[in-house]
Amino acid sequence: MSKIENKIPQGPIAEKWSKHKATIKVVSPANKRKLDIIVVGTGLAGASAAASLSELGYNVKAFCYQDSPRRAHSIAAQGGINAAKNYQNDNDSVFRLFYDTVKGGDYRAREANVYRLAEVSPNIIDQCVAQGVPFAREYGGTLSNRSFGGVLVSRTFYARGQTGQQLLLGAYSALNRQIAVGSVKMYTRQEMLDVVIKDGKARGIITRDMVTGEVQRHGAHAVVVATGGYGNVFFLSTNAMGCNGSAAWQCYKKGAWFGNPCFVQIHPTCIPVHGDQQSKLTLMSESLRNDGRVWVPKKKEDAVKLQKGEIGPNDIPEEDRDFYLERRYPSYGNLVPRDVASRAAKERCDAGYGVNNTGLAVYLDFKYSIERLGKNVIEARYGNLFQMYEKITDVDPYKEPMQIYPAIHYSMGGLWVDYNLMTNIPGLYAIGEANFSDHGANRLGASALMQGLADGYFVLPYTIGDYLANEIMTPKVDVNAPEFIEAEKAVTGRLEQLFNVKGTEPVDHFHKKLGHIMWDYVGMSRNEAGLKKAIEEMKALKKEFWANVRVPGEMNNLNPELEKAGRVADAIEMGILMAQDALDRKESCGGHFREESVTEDGEAKRDDDNFTYVSCWEYQGEDKDPVLNKEDLVFENIELTQRSYK
Amino acid sequence: MADITLKKIYVKVWRQNSAKEKGRFETYEVENISQGSSFLEMLDILNDKLIREGKDPIAFDHDCREGICGMCSLYINGRAHGPDRDITTCQLHMRKFNEGETITIEPWRAGAFPVIKDLIVDRTAFEKIQQAGGFVSVNTGGIPDGNAIPIGYDDAEEAMDAASCIGCGACVATCKNSSAMLFVAAKVSQLAKLPQGKVEAKRRARNMVTKMDELGFGGCTNTGACELECPKGISISHIARLNREYLVAKLAE
Repeated sequence: MSKIENKIPQGPIAEKWSKHKATIKVVSPANKRKLDIIVVGTGLAGASAAASLSELGYNVKAFCYQDSPRRAHSIAAQGGINAAKNYQNDNDSVFRLFYDTVKGGDYRAREANVYRLAEVSPNIIDQCVAQGVPFAREYGGTLSNRSFGGVLVSRTFYARGQTGQQLLLGAYSALNRQIAVGSVKMYTRQEMLDVVIKDGKARGIITRDMVTGEVQRHGAHAVVVATGGYGNVFFLSTNAMGCNGSAAWQCYKKGAWFGNPCFVQIHPTCIPVHGDQQSKLTLMSESLRNDGRVWVPKKKEDAVKLQKGEIGPNDIPEEDRDFYLERRYPSYGNLVPRDVASRAAKERCDAGYGVNNTGLAVYLDFKYSIERLGKNVIEARYGNLFQMYEKITDVDPYKEPMQIYPAIHYSMGGLWVDYNLMTNIPGLYAIGEANFSDHGANRLGASALMQGLADGYFVLPYTIGDYLANEIMTPKVDVNAPEFIEAEKAVTGRLEQLFNVKGTEPVDHFHKKLGHIMWDYVGMSRNEAGLKKAIEEMKALKKEFWANVRVPGEMNNLNPELEKAGRVADAIEMGILMAQDALDRKESCGGHFREESVTEDGEAKRDDDNFTYVSCWEYQGEDKDPVLNKEDLVFENIELTQRSYK
Repeated sequence: MADITLKKIYVKVWRQNSAKEKGRFETYEVENISQGSSFLEMLDILNDKLIREGKDPIAFDHDCREGICGMCSLYINGRAHGPDRDITTCQLHMRKFNEGETITIEPWRAGAFPVIKDLIVDRTAFEKIQQAGGFVSVNTGGIPDGNAIPIGYDDAEEAMDAASCIGCGACVATCKNSSAMLFVAAKVSQLAKLPQGKVEAKRRARNMVTKMDELGFGGCTNTGACELECPKGISISHIARLNREYLVAKLAE
């Protein structure tokens, strides 16, 4: 067991961050110029961090696998970004945002981190406005807000249904400005394949140029991993095709702890699976639940007719519709948090009331709000989402309710970090979705954008100085050091190994198989027997992969199959760890639902006496079981209660 | 949502192993494609087949597969992003195609976007244009309250219309002059509509246009093809605004 130092400052919660900032070290401008920082990933967290660190005077090298930083998957976030501005005069505050986030996360997040997140949230909005982000406005010229799940105030800022795009383009523009002056060196179409540790500190990374195939060594005084989540372990998810947890996984295999890997978010409103040719799932923003009502038929015979296509949703009379969220959760209604809404949909479908030819869908109906507000209002709010839905399904949601079903969306788990966002490896940081820190067991809507930008703009630029102040005498990192040569050799060796299997099955075959195992046993509902089975099946799948994968093409050319092969090899191992973590956590909490731990009315039942901890998994070597370290969560400001949205 | 299955279609694809090698068209058969599948899922299935046959799969750019990242970039049957309005290639579905049809797929064709492999082109030129001035020069921190400067509803909406550009390059690919005017106009116009962007509007218009010309994009002759094929429906009225901004900038020199 390793000792855990989370570096949470002493003192009252509202003063922790200010006190911490006042006591941590600062690097002088002259010394910042001598220090190099690597930032991997250019989504909201990575781009905002790279730009801000470069503005401070550090030399930044930024990496992304896409052809431009603007394409990172933050771009796909639709609904909005939370901030405790209280512009609506509805009694919002830093404390309320903090409270909502801790409660929404089912009391499995660190109080101090979440409070800081809420505290810096107003600054994010100001920053984005200054960059020219065209947030929605009222006629008087002030910023507009909407509501999101799990809260009773209106604190979500938005730019139509493209908030992530606009925030990312803001961060991207800041990054571009730094690239232009030469203080950020941008590497596109480059993938991180390993982290290099020298004398116990992170000193660089090994990458592959995805166009030429060249394996490269890059050195720095600190490495920041901002590579997003690992939802694609499930094959079908709302993540982009290229999203992967491999960078974080390489860090784990070099000794960084992985925090709460079993906490993944299943988003309730995605377009249902259409068939086995499907490659990914499309999200319909949570904001739609502001104006859409979720229902299934009350009568099983109606559900059967709908599944067979004999009748349509509009044929079901009002009194035969079961608005099950409004029925079960009268105070939050359609705006319950994501985990609750997803489970409620699954419960109805499992009971035989689902619609679509698969029986795996529920309705999200805008009829009522169109009647109340008019079609033009709904179009102004969600026009692009309705268009997207129609293009995919060929159904007009203005006329017929949308069909939705839960899908894998976000990873709350990730690399373990301390209050400074540093992993247990000195000099190695993880920010944004890549770390485990702020969302506990369930993330609230519109909080991912907030956390990514909080980390990148307003937290890391302060906390990284505390570490780098001790590195000012360290000369430029020599990438010809034996540690680099060795790491490069290992990376090249693994790429060659993937090529040399010369099996018969393409990479996707294994990825789909992995996805099925994960969805069936480590998905929305988990139990001991299923998790054990999943672990055995994934261990077998790993062997099968390395015995029978076929990677076509050349090593030294653009080769998407080779890229995928490496990621899927890692994903299988990650799946095993996720199942191990889910097996250890015998309670239900947030997105983690153990069938053995349920309240009388079917809600997730936490076990605070035994599981109020962050699981920090420590790698022990190939095919060895990892060691579980536990960071106890201490709640001084919020009383732990069974979460209720009734 | 029951879709019918296309028993057989033909796909005529541009194959080019690298920027230095010569390319050629090749035609492949694809069987049993659900019309509910997306166009890119059809290519996934074709690639699966090619890999199993020991052939090199077709390289194409794609990522989010929900029409927002701007990565996908196919020229299908002579149209950027294929035969549908207001969508990207990844949002195109097979219900737009018929049984037995031959579908022709090419990469973006523009001198400023050289081919990297097969259907993948290099759009670094777009990055360079953005780096030349597509930003407001503010550092992180020390910013006044978001409501300190009111912005009219219509101005914010028009800025948002322009800002919805995804940087895919369909406008360039579809323009007979390979002009990047719509792409440049989207950014210049977005920031020109907002008080935060006005401060350095002249410098921005000048620098971005100069960079665009330098990189080998053609001039605009107002054919309107870009507007027609833009997956986000960005209007050429933004080009008019860019021209005004540029003129003002030049007059001020």
